[in-house]
Amino acid sequence: MTAEARSDALRLTHVTKIFGGVTALDDVAFSVGAGEVHCLAGENGSGKSTLIKIITGVYQPEPGAGMQIFGQDYPRITPTQARMAGIAVIWQDLALFAEMTVAENIAFETLLGNRPRPVSYARLRADAQAALAQLDVGLDLDARLGSLPIAQRQIVAIARALVSDARLIFMDEPTASLTQSETDALLAVVRTLSARGVAVVFVSHRLAEVLDISSRVTVLRDGRLVGVYPTEGMTQSRLTELMTGASFAQGVMARDTASQPEVLRIDGLGRAGDYSDISLTLRAGEVLGLTGLIGAGRTELCHTLFGMTRADRGTITLNGRDLRMTSNRDAVAEGIAYVSEDRLALGLIQPQSIADNAVLAVLRKITSSAGLLSSQKKEDTVSHWISELAVKIGKPSDAVSTLSGGNQQRVVLAKWLATEPKVLILDCPTVGVDVGARAGIFRIVRALAEKGLAILLVSDEVPEVYMNADRVLHMAGGRIVAEWDPRQTGLTDMEAAVYA
Amino acid sequence: MTALYRRAVAAFGPEVPGLLGFLALVLLVFGVAAPRFLTGANFGSVAFQLPELGLLTLAMLMPIISGGFNLAIIYTANMAGLTLAYVLNQYGGVDAGIWPFIVGTVLALGVGALSGAVMGAVIAYIGAHPILVSLAMMIFLRGLGEFLTKGGDISGFPQWMAVLGHGTVWGIPVPLILFLACAVVWHIILNRTRHGFSVRMVGSNIRAAAYSGIHTKRTLVLIYTLSGVMCAVAGILMLSRFNSVRVGHGEALLLVTVLACFLGGVDPFGGFGRVLPVVIALIVLQVLSSGLNLLGANQHLSTAVWGLFLVGVMILRWGAERLSERKKRS
Repeated sequence: MTAEARSDALRLTHVTKIFGGVTALDDVAFSVGAGEVHCLAGENGSGKSTLIKIITGVYQPEPGAGMQIFGQDYPRITPTQARMAGIAVIWQDLALFAEMTVAENIAFETLLGNRPRPVSYARLRADAQAALAQLDVGLDLDARLGSLPIAQRQIVAIARALVSDARLIFMDEPTASLTQSETDALLAVVRTLSARGVAVVFVSHRLAEVLDISSRVTVLRDGRLVGVYPTEGMTQSRLTELMTGASFAQGVMARDTASQPEVLRIDGLGRAGDYSDISLTLRAGEVLGLTGLIGAGRTELCHTLFGMTRADRGTITLNGRDLRMTSNRDAVAEGIAYVSEDRLALGLIQPQSIADNAVLAVLRKITSSAGLLSSQKKEDTVSHWISELAVKIGKPSDAVSTLSGGNQQRVVLAKWLATEPKVLILDCPTVGVDVGARAGIFRIVRALAEKGLAILLVSDEVPEVYMNADRVLHMAGGRIVAEWDPRQTGLTDMEAAVYA
Repeated sequence: MTALYRRAVAAFGPEVPGLLGFLALVLLVFGVAAPRFLTGANFGSVAFQLPELGLLTLAMLMPIISGGFNLAIIYTANMAGLTLAYVLNQYGGVDAGIWPFIVGTVLALGVGALSGAVMGAVIAYIGAHPILVSLAMMIFLRGLGEFLTKGGDISGFPQWMAVLGHGTVWGIPVPLILFLACAVVWHIILNRTRHGFSVRMVGSNIRAAAYSGIHTKRTLVLIYTLSGVMCAVAGILMLSRFNSVRVGHGEALLLVTVLACFLGGVDPFGGFGRVLPVVIALIVLQVLSSGLNLLGANQHLSTAVWGLFLVGVMILRWGAERLSERKKRS
């Protein structure tokens, strides 16, 4: 055994996994050094999750695979063995108990046993305290987990892994819902872990934040290993290229739209507790970016523009006319459409069919003169938008939940475009959408703008608005604090201001 | 042929062929076991018994598809029956003419609609759970009805009303015609109107439906109002079948309506459900119980068989799903 092999926390070779004829992983190798911080990158469907599930014993690989954990060979591994060997996975949903306290969440595994026995709360608290101390983090042990922000729950999940002596921790999309300062705090924790010899693998398709502190990145694409690269000198765009196999070298899309007619005008709009003193104009054919941290009041502003909440003061003017909306039905009737940030729960009715979702907002238009829904009109509407937006579907009668994130988002767009809106509000339209599919969404957005649609593009990812918007507004603490022209202000300056 | 089959499945739901298979099986088994089973007289009795349960099941169907429930269907039907009985008794009793009947029917439908509208409004605007709201309405109506009738029967209706409950037109029982007409109306409402579309969307995800501009509150009020109207139709039919009204008539049918909905492939979590499979499920249930009856089985036993039947159907559906998944994978 070579010295290098001995210092490996994990060494996988020739891992193949076939699900009913579909090859999810094809002869993949993967290794992580002890105490290393490693990135596992790949789009949705590239095989990342399958690989983790093989490592944790949920799936068995096809014969011929080799697996070595901390120097010990495992011809096959069960979930229990994997945990005993020191492997822990922190899934995106964290799998914690919202109604229990921090201490109970961290140390509950020490309570589990074959026989019933009394719970020692003193020991429970001591274990939890010790785990948090290892991370150099102080948390109220008696706080109810559900009352904590996501970032702190993540810390709880890490501490729980430490209680069961994890030496190799996988973190699934750890920064997806964190603000910059929370991400920084998480990275500090990861550094501490690494210094204590615990290896951490970030599993993500959004790696800008974690690239700095990792030493290597393993890239998967379509179930195959693309390669293992040092992160030294690696950029997000190079990584995107590796993950998608295509180059998305794209310049700033901003154009001058000052000569276009004004469509939407907001003056001094305010709503107690949500936002205040918002004034902006949106022109025909313009993509206006609105960025800011989570909690800056972006979505609250969108809800008012979409008629779902009432402003306390200020006016909204559409094509020169004052808008008084009492519900989002009024907004739709006026020509305002809103793509929600929560596609899963609010954007689409997941169990229902693609066709039903596509016509959801235009039921009146597919009603015949007799007052009954016309299946012909429905089919026409659905097939028109599916081809217009190039949605990849099986049958229109399939449940919309069977589609990928990118195609689902196209169905959402189809639903709203069918209402023939004048203003389209896009609230974080690429959440949960693959890198490759994102470019497709933004191509659609740009094409819509060129046809004269006024678009408000809301996103917490500054590069997204920087690349795709004509102007960028920065919202913080419920107010608009800056306006930028992407052709004059660089991305780093914008990011510095937003994440400050 | 297969294209026709596919179109039929698309229109009426994938549950239909399986349920028809069940029906054929039940007919075959009882046809062999009980000599009087495959006779006109037996089918006549099925055709007279089915509509009551059928109308009440239709009343239950729409709330269930919307992800809700209406526990008050029986007492709403009773209250509507009482309303008609009151009008008939006030204007002639056994000698009442057609006008008191028409006025009484309109008022009875109004009482059903009102009961439903109140439930719908509380569910929609207060956001209370449909089970709680309809439970409250059920208890309220039962108490009110027992207070008004002092726990007794109301009878003394004109002779000609028996046509509604026992008559036939071209050999087809009038109650059956009434039920089929209502089922067709329900099918059209659920499949071909904006309201029916909204019912399914509300049942799957009410918040996403609201975000898409569906008037979810109005939809909910309308669902329970229509359900109440259907209860009233059932109440009027029950009045003419029994020639009397008593609060509590048909009590045992409440959960059977739920059974029929689920047998008919209605999604217990809301969002999916069609009229035709539910109608076929109702026929299966009724044929099953009349067959057992002919074999001399105790009536309680037939209730037990209904329960087993639902369990059996669930197991078969699970098996069919597994099978089709395996087919997909290989």
